[in-house]
This record gives sequence, C-alpha cells and structure tokens, in this order.
Amino acid sequence: MEYVARFLIGGFVVSAFALLGDLLRPKSFAGLFGAAPSVALATLGITVITHGALYAAQESRAMVFGAIALTAYSIVVCQLLMRVGICALKAAAFSFVVWLLVAFGLEVLAGAV
Amino acid sequence: MLVRASPSALKEGRWYEYLIRFALGGAATVFAGWIATRFGPVVGGLFLAMPVIFCASATLIETHEVRRKREAGQRGERRGRQAAALDAAGAALGGVGLVFFAIVFAAAVERSPAAAFVYASAAWLFVSVAAWGLRHRLPSARHLVAKGRTVG
Repeated sequence: MEYVARFLIGGFVVSAFALLGDLLRPKSFAGLFGAAPSVALATLGITVITHGALYAAQESRAMVFGAIALTAYSIVVCQLLMRVGICALKAAAFSFVVWLLVAFGLEVLAGAV
Repeated sequence: MLVRASPSALKEGRWYEYLIRFALGGAATVFAGWIATRFGPVVGGLFLAMPVIFCASATLIETHEVRRKREAGQRGERRGRQAAALDAAGAALGGVGLVFFAIVFAAAVERSPAAAFVYASAAWLFVSVAAWGLRHRLPSARHLVAKGRTVG
C-alpha cells in the first residue's frame, strides 16, 4: 500500500513540476524544473510519516551529494549535446554513469559509506 | 531576459507523453523508497536527486523541436539538440538549488517537518532563480543563449 501511495504522489508531484517546465520560457529557465525537488518532496513526505524526522534528515544529508552529482550530470549532458552532437536520450543515458560516479564518489570521500 | 508563461507550449505535448512522465515520476519515487529500505538512508538519499525526470524532459524537448521543424519542412535535429542543451544548462543551475534544498531540509526537519518543506522549497526556488539570473550575465552563457534564442 505504501508503494502505491509513493507511485501516485510521486507521479503527481513530478508531473506538476514538469508541466511548469513546459509552460515557462526561456528554455534555460524552464530547465531549472528538470532539477526540481519533485522526487525528494514526494519521498521525504512519506519518509517523515513512516520513519520519522531523524531518518528523513539522514536521507536529505545524503541527498546533498546526489544534488551535486546532478549538477555535474547536467553540465556533461549539455556539453555532449553541444560539442559531440549526439541525441538527448544517448547523452542523458551515457551521463548517468557520471551521476553515479560523482554521487557515490562524494559519499566515499565523506566517509558516509 | 524576461521569464514568461507560454500556454501554447502545452499543446505540443501528446497525451501519452504526460502519461509516461507520470509513470516515470511514480516509478522513480517507488525506486528511491525501495533503495532506502534496502540499503539505508545514506544510500537512499542519493537517489532523491537522481536525474530520471530530467532525462525524460530533455528527450521530449528535443522531440518537440524536431517535430516542429519537420512540420515546417526542415531538418530539426541540430535545433532539437540545442533546445535540450539549454534545458540541461538550466537543470545544472536547478541542481545547485537542490543542494540548498537538501541542506535546509536536513537542518530544519527535526524541529518542524512542515516548516522544513516550506523553507527547503523556498531555498531551492531562490537559489535556482538567483543562479539563473547570475549565469545570464556571464558572456559564455550569453553565447549559448544566443545559439538557442530561436528555440526558447
């Protein structure tokens, strides 16, 4: 039941931010919503209810590394699209490796895992 | 540069594209929750900022741009890539805002969870918009924007 609630809330929040991104111009501003805290809002809301505030605080501290990795990921995607000239899907998929490396690399460096 | 709403842009989307986004958002939220349950909050927290939604958005933006150009009888691959690159540049700045979202939420949630959501969301919005405003004053950004002006 919890996973059904997660799916519905997550789908709704993500769609709402995506619609805002579609609606706004210029595109570079709309792009801000590609890094909106949509999954975080849905997940942390449920986490606070099910596991408590301390657990949610631990998750959001780790999220800092994920967010830094997302910034690095977006820069790499932008460079691949502009300089290498591959399509958006390939650039996004390839750059996911960068996200994983930066996110887990920062956690290892911080001694969190 | 002036930020404006363009309601006509919503007409470019097909119904199944909105459905895919909803499903992807739901799946990403379920996945993030499952990772936290399986590996704990330290690993699970990373996936609160995973780029799944960006991936879908950038692909859709490119598709819409290519479709629009083809309807005008032109090849739109290059223009599509530029539009997606502009979206990625914006997402990079949104990512900076997301760092502040996480810091503010972690600092405030134990005192008041409801206030933590408000403060953290406000921090994301403020930092992202401020970073976007600053970025557009830099010459290198103006070069990218000039390239994509006709797509934005």
